[in-house]
Amino acid sequence: MAPLLLADTAVQAPAINYGAVAPLLIVLGAGCVSVLFEAFLPRQTRWGAQLTLSVLTLLAAGLSLALYLKGAPSGGITTISGAIAVDRPALFLWGTLLALGFAALLLIADRTTERGSYFVAHNSPADASLAQRTQQALFGDMQTEVFPLTLFALGGMMTFTAANDLLTMFIALEVLSLPLYLMVGMARRRRLISQEAALKYFLLGAFASAFFLYGLALLYGYANSVKLSDIANAATGTSHSDALLFGGLGLLVVGLMFKGSVGPFHTWTPDVYQGAPTPVTAFMGACTKVAAFGAILRVMTVAFKVTSWEWRGVLWAVAIASMFIGAVLGLTQTDVKRMIAYSSVAHAGFLLIGAIALTHNGLSGTLFYLLAYGFTTVAAFGVVTLVRTADGEASHLSSWAGLAKRSPLLAAVFTFLLLALAGIPLTSGFIGKWLVFSAGIEDGMAPLVVVGLIASTVAAFFYLRVIVLMYFSDPAPDGPTVSVPGPFTTAAITLGVLVTLVLGVWPAVVLGWAGGGGFAL
Amino acid sequence: MNISTAVSISGSGFPWLLAVILWPLLGGVIVAFFKNDARLAKLTAIVFSLVEFALTLVVLFSYHASGARIQLAGSADWIASFGVHFSFGVDGIALIMLVMLGGLTPIVLGASWQEKLPEGRSMAGFFSLILVMEALVMAVFAATDVFLFYVLFEIMLIPMYFLIGGYGGPGLRRQYAAVKFFLYSFLGGLLMLASAIGCWAYVESVTGTGTFDWATLTRVVSHAPLGTQIWLFMGFFFAFAIKAPLVPFHTWLPDAVQESPVGVGVFLVGVLDKVGIYGFLRYCLPMFPDASKTLAPLVLVLSVIGVLYGSLLAAGQSDMKRFVAYVSIAHFGFMGVGVFAFTSQSEVGAVTYMLNHSISTGMLLLVVGMIAVRGRSFKAEDYGGMAKVTPLLAGCFFLAGLTTLSLPGTNSFISEFLVLLGSYETQPVYAILATIGMVLAALYVLWLVQRIMTGPLRGKAFGADEPLVGVTGGPGAATDPLGRAKSMISDLNGREKLVLAPMVILILLLGFYPKPLLDVVNPSVGATLTSVGVSVDANQGGN
Repeated sequence: MAPLLLADTAVQAPAINYGAVAPLLIVLGAGCVSVLFEAFLPRQTRWGAQLTLSVLTLLAAGLSLALYLKGAPSGGITTISGAIAVDRPALFLWGTLLALGFAALLLIADRTTERGSYFVAHNSPADASLAQRTQQALFGDMQTEVFPLTLFALGGMMTFTAANDLLTMFIALEVLSLPLYLMVGMARRRRLISQEAALKYFLLGAFASAFFLYGLALLYGYANSVKLSDIANAATGTSHSDALLFGGLGLLVVGLMFKGSVGPFHTWTPDVYQGAPTPVTAFMGACTKVAAFGAILRVMTVAFKVTSWEWRGVLWAVAIASMFIGAVLGLTQTDVKRMIAYSSVAHAGFLLIGAIALTHNGLSGTLFYLLAYGFTTVAAFGVVTLVRTADGEASHLSSWAGLAKRSPLLAAVFTFLLLALAGIPLTSGFIGKWLVFSAGIEDGMAPLVVVGLIASTVAAFFYLRVIVLMYFSDPAPDGPTVSVPGPFTTAAITLGVLVTLVLGVWPAVVLGWAGGGGFAL
Repeated sequence: MNISTAVSISGSGFPWLLAVILWPLLGGVIVAFFKNDARLAKLTAIVFSLVEFALTLVVLFSYHASGARIQLAGSADWIASFGVHFSFGVDGIALIMLVMLGGLTPIVLGASWQEKLPEGRSMAGFFSLILVMEALVMAVFAATDVFLFYVLFEIMLIPMYFLIGGYGGPGLRRQYAAVKFFLYSFLGGLLMLASAIGCWAYVESVTGTGTFDWATLTRVVSHAPLGTQIWLFMGFFFAFAIKAPLVPFHTWLPDAVQESPVGVGVFLVGVLDKVGIYGFLRYCLPMFPDASKTLAPLVLVLSVIGVLYGSLLAAGQSDMKRFVAYVSIAHFGFMGVGVFAFTSQSEVGAVTYMLNHSISTGMLLLVVGMIAVRGRSFKAEDYGGMAKVTPLLAGCFFLAGLTTLSLPGTNSFISEFLVLLGSYETQPVYAILATIGMVLAALYVLWLVQRIMTGPLRGKAFGADEPLVGVTGGPGAATDPLGRAKSMISDLNGREKLVLAPMVILILLLGFYPKPLLDVVNPSVGATLTSVGVSVDANQGGN
């Protein structure tokens, strides 16, 4: 039958609204160019060329986004035969991803903090002398593959948040995941744990992708389409077996939750956050979360809103589990990066409250939260890169004792970021929490919100513990040094702190953007 | 944020209230820069705090007790889409708090002049944090937007956290106390936030537009069904019960007071905890009148337990700072009874108690600090017979003790009497039980005075465990133990006299002539009671 069908209908290229998808095309196209740079440019010039290309790409993508936004229909459009939806939430998420990607790129590009960068091609054992390492830095030994990989991951994330059918979404998921698996392992020459993290992330990620794919298959069986809107239509008036629908939904959600590191699907998070080179952790922690929750919001709102009363109870349980796993296990951590990882699990639970509210305020609150959380996280990891001993970052908490005495500015910045993560007023973290909790209460989820509040208090304890360590404890005699941040790291941290402060004090403008409109159907 | 233009004050062009809030903040920032010159830092801080006191007096005199409930108000949009405003205003109750805080801060700074800070801490940081603290608490009392109130309520914790954790007692204990303080208050605050959001959602469902404006919330939410009110009431109640603190939410207070420097402790019991009682009056009663009446027995029971339990534990303390903390818990119980008895006398009593407690307990704690500076210990058993060596200090301690036990003629008496008199009308059982607290107060105060001040010279403070007087025998034995003790321990110096003098004057003045205070407070209390549905007899309360 199939060949006959093909013969009957001439294959027509779908109409593409190039203006709308320009940011996407720019980022992915630049990724390809970047690969060519890697192949043909001499080693000495690569770093400069790649950095320039990446920065220009992000700026150009941002610019085209802004240009499109001016005349964009407020209801949003779908293009490429309905595979991509460019609506207000997608545009907001694209902007968020580009901005966070830019901040993370600054951290990645920095070659001065970790001598010769995290991304080196050759083994550099811990006893390598400073001179050797400096030499590496001078000869530009940095593995610049990280730049095209970052661009591809970013392009995948942007597609992920705008995908209007499950197949596109799956492909985007792979496009964003594969570069990330590689990036996590890029510090393997420095620290073996990086290799372990990459393998773990890859195996578990592949497993989660399989879940997603199975869910997709079941839903296709149910609705005879992979389009989100068709699934919603099928659910409203059919006599199909609900087993397919909810089986599919369950498997699909597991795949999405995995990417968003929502507990209990979070098990990779601490290991990977700890093992990955810190700039990559910053990129992942901020951008992957945005992409995953963007997709969760779209899938839940567009495809499954009509059946929300049937699945919401389950997601209540997931949100509670996530908040408590994050908050309670975070208490026991002794490594800063692992602690932030568990904090991200708790934050995923808070985000989920906003995401399952399925109201206008729930949507705008979650979008705002993602932006705010992303910048705070990038800046926090930026600070983590600066506290070092002779053999690398001193991420063990005990070595942070008394940091305020040696470098008061750094301690103050980190304290501010921790307070933002804890959700203290006048930081963006508070406004974000307030918005999702408001949405939750408005939508009749007051008990869930109260659980969230208690989890917030528990989580506040481990943030406070770090502040106590930095300010009230005496420094260890052979403690870490705080290296002078390079211009790129300084810029990234400053950007993150400023956004955290401004969004905390004056959220109205960004809140207006986040609440600009709903999903295109 | 277009505050300066948006905030204007009816009658006068200058935004005095905003100045009251921003001035100490400015002072705090400036003082923080004088890290290397402790003397300059201290002088700048005290000048700022004195000017601030003057500013609060200006606000006091531009307030017309007979006028509108909220005066000197100003407002600007903050997050317009959620109806969040940046708005301030004062009523009589808030006004008293502002003036009290304005007056207490220079005293606290003066008392902390020679504070021995932990190694590596600068006086500039200490005084700067105190000024920032003052600014934030001023703003908390003046806020007329519930969201803004919450924000300040939480932010206020941060300087306090650093004051306890960074400048407090030795070692790990102070970190423990600081974190405990923070987490207790943070949890309470978050529950309040949930309730505030609930109020917002309720207002939105009734009027169509959500707002956090206090006046609107009061108008709309006070007519909500009882069930809704009770849920919303609980969130606010937990926040304020932890802050006040009512038993069983009180355990952070003794730890925090014990580990703080004395000046910070005065702030803690004298000012910060008042936010709890103030919150009951300003938020719980007017916003949730039906819930307040329904749940009044619960609060009364907790308050009376607080009075008795606090008193008994106070009697059992050997650490004098913890003693003051438990005394405060007992007094907060009295205030709780006053607020939730819903008569105008009891309410006026509770409000004036808020002020008088700051003066009397503040003075008690300051004197305790002065004793400890001399004997290098906060343990009561390390002292004995101090009155012989330091008569002036002993006199001040005795006076602070007398006002703490509410002797007639001191300031606290009027308040405690009004609370008991008023609550006896509606809640005789609780009033009688609380009266037992007065008897216990006499017990714990007089017993402590007796242990420390009277009898023979003894204790580690004088370098001996045995009584010094009467020790004879052996060649070269102390022939003049009193003289030796006097050479070791001196009486109040000029600075300390200056610090205590205003408190002594206020104790006696308000003890004999409380009318000006009552005149300011009465109308606002009347308005609060009217909102709960209790009719107010104009002649009541003004006695």
